[in-house]
Amino acid sequence: MPAAVSFESITCTFAGRGPAAAYTAVRDVTLAIGEGEFVSVVGPTGCGKSTLLNVAAGLLRPSSGTLRVLGEPLAGINRRAGYMFQSEALMPWRSALANVTAGLEFAGVERGEARQRAGDWLARVGLAGFGDRYPHQLSGGMRKRVSLAQMLILDPPVLLMDEPFSALDIQTRQLMENELLELWSANRKSVIFITHDLEEAISLSDRVVVLSAGPAAHPIGDFPIDLPRPRDVAEIRLTPRFIALHDRIWHSMKEEVLKGYQQTRNRVAAAQ
Amino acid sequence: MSRWKLRAVQALLLAAIFVAWQVLTQPGLVPPLVWDNPDRAAFFFGEPVRMFQVIWAWFSDGSIYKHLWVTLEETVLAFVIGSVLGLAMGLWLGLSSTASALLDPYITALNAMPRVVLAPIFMVWFGLGIWSKVALGVTLVFFIVFFNVYQGVKEVSPVVLNNTVMLGANRRQQLRHVYLPSATSWVFSSLHTSVGMAFVGAVVGEYLGSASGVGYLIQQAEGAFDINTVFAGILVLTAFALVLDFAVTRAERRLLLWRPGQSETEQL
Repeated sequence: MPAAVSFESITCTFAGRGPAAAYTAVRDVTLAIGEGEFVSVVGPTGCGKSTLLNVAAGLLRPSSGTLRVLGEPLAGINRRAGYMFQSEALMPWRSALANVTAGLEFAGVERGEARQRAGDWLARVGLAGFGDRYPHQLSGGMRKRVSLAQMLILDPPVLLMDEPFSALDIQTRQLMENELLELWSANRKSVIFITHDLEEAISLSDRVVVLSAGPAAHPIGDFPIDLPRPRDVAEIRLTPRFIALHDRIWHSMKEEVLKGYQQTRNRVAAAQ
Repeated sequence: MSRWKLRAVQALLLAAIFVAWQVLTQPGLVPPLVWDNPDRAAFFFGEPVRMFQVIWAWFSDGSIYKHLWVTLEETVLAFVIGSVLGLAMGLWLGLSSTASALLDPYITALNAMPRVVLAPIFMVWFGLGIWSKVALGVTLVFFIVFFNVYQGVKEVSPVVLNNTVMLGANRRQQLRHVYLPSATSWVFSSLHTSVGMAFVGAVVGEYLGSASGVGYLIQQAEGAFDINTVFAGILVLTAFALVLDFAVTRAERRLLLWRPGQSETEQL
């Protein structure tokens, strides 16, 4: 069975002004996400996590290497993937309901049916009765729920999530994580979940991949998470197995995080 | 100050201005200060009482409605045509970097040109009817809308765009569902200015040559040195502009429901 998404020696180099300014965000990344697998990618800030996700989405063409989706090399936009962005991605001029129907509308689904399905999805993410609110009338957590419904209504086999909950407070965040796990376990999709929060990564995933500090980031560790499901993200953090896993992964990450931190500091020093 | 008290004081201030005006201009009421001739002040500045008599006569015999209607027609046409053209051009230049690079100096030059001097040319092209005034209004409205839309297109959030791409939107759907709503919101935010400009275009056009409209009334009265009628026309125009502005505010509130207002952002 082919992997849901497989990165085959993906390198992304961004052109700068002049050849010296070219920046290699990720180098020679090979990584496979199995069907129905929940994989988190963690790494220090600025290590090119989002770059990898954009490659998987087809929004960014890699400088070299191949991306395969269910065995086929990807050309153009990845139509099998749903993408949840880190920052606000809802259309502010559309109500919550109209935002959820957008994908169906683009696909030419009849209006009445689209509205009904969107209403069902809003209810599933706990926003029944909020359909006519505009994004600015919703709280941050509610907007994330709308984004989630907007993505899931198209039923994509692959979900790409770029630090989707990083802007939320810790309580709302754990609530959303639990809801995500619940929705995910209903029909297991393949998930690539980007985060810089190791605890979030471990509590959600089947596997945690650690990226090195940029530039030229690449995976330096791949840890299977053998915690039992269903999980409660708040409770599982207290189990000894979780703490042991956290310890092991953190040790492999620490050096990279410090390296990334040092690089940022040097950059700041150089700029001054 | 409470809302009603504020309104009352504002009304009092207005009344005081007119009373002072009347006192200073009515022949023989106060000894002439500046001019030897007691009628001179009334000749230059008019008398509010006579202005209101003129206005009363206009409205009581209904002769003003025809002129107001013409001015309104010109304003609305200039606004609609100018907005549509500005929207179309703004979208086009905003989306095509080649077109914007090519046309940029021309747009800047046309915008810098004082457009009122075009009025005589429009008069020759479109005659003395409403269309020469509409054309002048269009040249004024177009640039306001154009620059707003252009800016609006440039500032569409790339995340929102990428999101619609991932949701399966093609280029046409992006134009329809992202660029157009974003651009129209910018058009609406410049609504007050562009409606005002359409109005200016209409009145100035009428003033420079026409057979009807409030600007025409003013121009006629001025030709006869009838200063009271000139001021009466100006007062009617001002009131008309206020009503227009009020209508725009109402429309704006309905159309920009999705926008967070400064004071009415409600978080749940």
